Amino acid sequence: MDPCCSDHGPELRELRQSTVRFAGDSGDGMQLVGSQFADLASLSGCSIRTIPDFPSEIRAPAGTLAGVSGYQLCFGGEEVMTPGDQPFVLVAMNPAALKVSLPELQPGGLIIVDTDEFTPENLAKARYRANPLEDGSLADYRVVPVPMTRLTEEATQATGLPASARARCKNFFALGMTLWLYDQPMQPLLEWLMRKFRKDPAVMAANGASLRAGYNYANTTELLRVHYRVAPGRLPPGRYRRVTGNEAMALGLIAAAHRAGRPLVYASYPITPASEILHELSARKEFDVRVIQCEDEIAAACAALGASFAGAIGATGTSGPGLSLKTETLGLAVMTELPLVVIDVQRAGPSTGMPTKTEQADLLMALYGRHGEAPLPVLAPATPADCFPIAFEAVRLATRYMTPVLVLSDGFLASSAEAFRIPDVHQLPDLRPAEPLPEPGDFAPYRRDPRTLARPWVPPGTPGLEHRIGGLEKQDVTGLVTYDAENHRRMVELRARKVAGIADDIPPAELNGEARGELLVVGWGSTYGAIAAAVRQARLEGHAVAHLHLRHLHPLPRNVEPLLRAFRKVLVPENNTGHLATLLRSRFLVPVESLPKVEGRPFLIRDIRNAIETHLRS
Amino acid sequence: MSTTAFVSPEAPPPPAGDCLRQLTRKDFQTDQEVRWCPGCGDYAILAQVQKVLAGLGLPRHQFVFVSGIGCSSRFPYYVNTYGFHGIHGRAPAIATGVKCANPALSVWVVTGDGDGLSIGTNHLIHALRRNVDLKILLFNNRIYGLTKGQYSPTSEFGKRTKSSPLGTIEQPIRPIQTALAAQATFVARTLYADPAHLAATLEAAARHRGAAFIEILQNCRIFNDGAFDDVADRARAEEARVLLRHGQPLRFGKGGRYGLVVRDMEPAVVDLETEPARAAEVIVHNARSTSPALAALLAELEPPQFPTALGIFRQVERPTYDDLLLGQIRDAVAKRGRPNLQALLQSGTTWVVE
Repeated sequence: MDPCCSDHGPELRELRQSTVRFAGDSGDGMQLVGSQFADLASLSGCSIRTIPDFPSEIRAPAGTLAGVSGYQLCFGGEEVMTPGDQPFVLVAMNPAALKVSLPELQPGGLIIVDTDEFTPENLAKARYRANPLEDGSLADYRVVPVPMTRLTEEATQATGLPASARARCKNFFALGMTLWLYDQPMQPLLEWLMRKFRKDPAVMAANGASLRAGYNYANTTELLRVHYRVAPGRLPPGRYRRVTGNEAMALGLIAAAHRAGRPLVYASYPITPASEILHELSARKEFDVRVIQCEDEIAAACAALGASFAGAIGATGTSGPGLSLKTETLGLAVMTELPLVVIDVQRAGPSTGMPTKTEQADLLMALYGRHGEAPLPVLAPATPADCFPIAFEAVRLATRYMTPVLVLSDGFLASSAEAFRIPDVHQLPDLRPAEPLPEPGDFAPYRRDPRTLARPWVPPGTPGLEHRIGGLEKQDVTGLVTYDAENHRRMVELRARKVAGIADDIPPAELNGEARGELLVVGWGSTYGAIAAAVRQARLEGHAVAHLHLRHLHPLPRNVEPLLRAFRKVLVPENNTGHLATLLRSRFLVPVESLPKVEGRPFLIRDIRNAIETHLRS
Repeated sequence: MSTTAFVSPEAPPPPAGDCLRQLTRKDFQTDQEVRWCPGCGDYAILAQVQKVLAGLGLPRHQFVFVSGIGCSSRFPYYVNTYGFHGIHGRAPAIATGVKCANPALSVWVVTGDGDGLSIGTNHLIHALRRNVDLKILLFNNRIYGLTKGQYSPTSEFGKRTKSSPLGTIEQPIRPIQTALAAQATFVARTLYADPAHLAATLEAAARHRGAAFIEILQNCRIFNDGAFDDVADRARAEEARVLLRHGQPLRFGKGGRYGLVVRDMEPAVVDLETEPARAAEVIVHNARSTSPALAALLAELEPPQFPTALGIFRQVERPTYDDLLLGQIRDAVAKRGRPNLQALLQSGTTWVVE
């Protein structure tokens, strides 16, 4: 078909970016090869962004639609900000994987399938009436049928492993083909295999042989005559690693506690999709990370708060249902004015909802979901790597202002990965207290720092400063219990003013584009990538569109209001029914258009691109 | 700029100024007006706690009192140490965080029958199960006092209260058996009306390493007056109480006239004056038994058929949660060396962009 690639070997085409999806059964090792491919793409200088798609059942029946595990990544230049709207390449290890992934595939995209798995039995499990490889239903795509299981078994015969063990290496066969397809070297991966399986040489050899076989097969088969080179991006110089949001969050907490010179007490109850933070921290005991797996969500918040009272960095992580249970403790933390970091990795609700699917519908609960007047700072990371500085910022604000801080991550950020520029630890802010502890003579538990309005943090064990705190209303300065009317009014106002004053201690919200124009797209949290990419495209086409992204949701940065007023229209895409839009309207009395998406999935770039076009026309 | 040193798990407690002189009960009194009702049993408990604290050889700043919600939970405001008046039922969880953050502290939990055995039962049993080194004082008056007189989880079956005008239809929870079922390493019962027994029990709990649970029978003068008159009445004390002393036979009554025996796993009282030959059958209390069965049986003794058992039902040794937690941290440091944050951030596959 391609006139250019007759007898002259394969043609190499340049791409600015590309999206590939590995999909198979949950036992097929798709997450492993996907993440390895992401590392290779990174090593070649590309920006990456990944998203896994796990089955929600722990061990769904093999070969079924429910058991499909996918790993999608987009890689390329610096404009790569999402895991890609539509895969260009799909590696499908069985019929179910093909069926689940096909609707998202780019028209004309490439499908590499393991034909050995397209048996009548597996086709039935995937609810295919006819074999899609034979019935013409894939005519709009370029299909590369490969007997992958058989070829893998043949290639690995010399290892002496049983056939079943050798067949399990077929994920590396698929990866080998993908490496050839994207003109990536095999060497870094072979070295990785040597490190990973140094205690199991036979497995190492089998995976290596399988990888080479896949690569060579792709190189020689007549079915693939074109391969692609994706241009690297221009990332800022530095040392990088790949992190998911949950990993970065855990690292950020450890780093902040380290810079505060205090132990980190992380009290948590397992919940999807926040549990990886618990796992990461549990494995870092040498950093004096004291993890308490509590009996419930309430206990987790209370233990973290008790630890903060005693001078540690107290933190807890959860998802929406758990945040509901922690709200009473958050009120106690507001009243006792103690530092506390609460991470909510949001998922689709209400109730148990869709635990493995993402959503941003806890914003109004985070801002307002407590009894009484209980304001507290709310932060939201924009990308997986941004979870590191946000966790650090949460600890900074909590300890500097003596307040609980809520961090709104979500299921998308939690498991999505990107490159993280590793900071120089010594350049991270020093979080040790600027002021020494008060002297016994003039100590009062609620005497505030005149600049921050924070009360002193005096942990038990400090001689001469014994005092009592609690949930009952406090007398200004002395902290004694009082029901005095005027005092209550003053304390409500002081607690709110303290939190509101944080607006002077945070950077302006990031604006991409001119400071005035036709349309301002305002986002918060994980929508960053899709909005940034869509606005970038619109701007390249000459539209007066800008992107304002909020990492601080309470208090709002000072530049938000003037920017809202400097555009003809404001559009707020959110994975909820319009929480931030409601907030901005009520707070600033400006007209704001909401772009909701509540499908348990992140925005695609084109979702926002289409909305921008609609709003520019109207 | 160098990174800051961690608070070492082994760090000694900070210098203790007021350790140099013998503290007295007065040192543990605050300037807060005590606001329990006149005649409330809590006053007697507060006085004995303050007295016992003064004798433990620790400075005031090493003590933390944590409470939940209810009459008893006002306690921290009246003890001149560090204190945290928390939210309903959650004191054991807050105290667990305090203890894990600074194991050098002596951490006390004050709770009630509603706070500890209704809304907060979950936290109570898990703190006991983990053997967090906490001293948990549960004031049991079998009524909700602060909310003005509803039945509590320890109220007797059929009790008439504002929320049970026809009598409760609930079996009461047994605090001692609950603690035993949670594998508490120290389980005791004492009484507000016997200062000497109260003080001795508090002191034994304070000196126990691990989670210590004390049920303190306490009278609510306003809403459940006389709930423990059977056992509190000094004139009848010898008949109404059996004192648990490790290694001693369980005898009570004037001159130890009666003895407790067990036949077919059922307790029974033997009058040794009429049946002196059965003295050998009388149970010898064993608080250190590996099995909590005897302790559970003694916890069931109730008037009018039986005397009320007071004292230490069970006291065994088991590593504390806080020791194990900090031990794992020490082991991790020993195995992996001083923590290096830069190395942690750079772990796994990394690459350099020039």
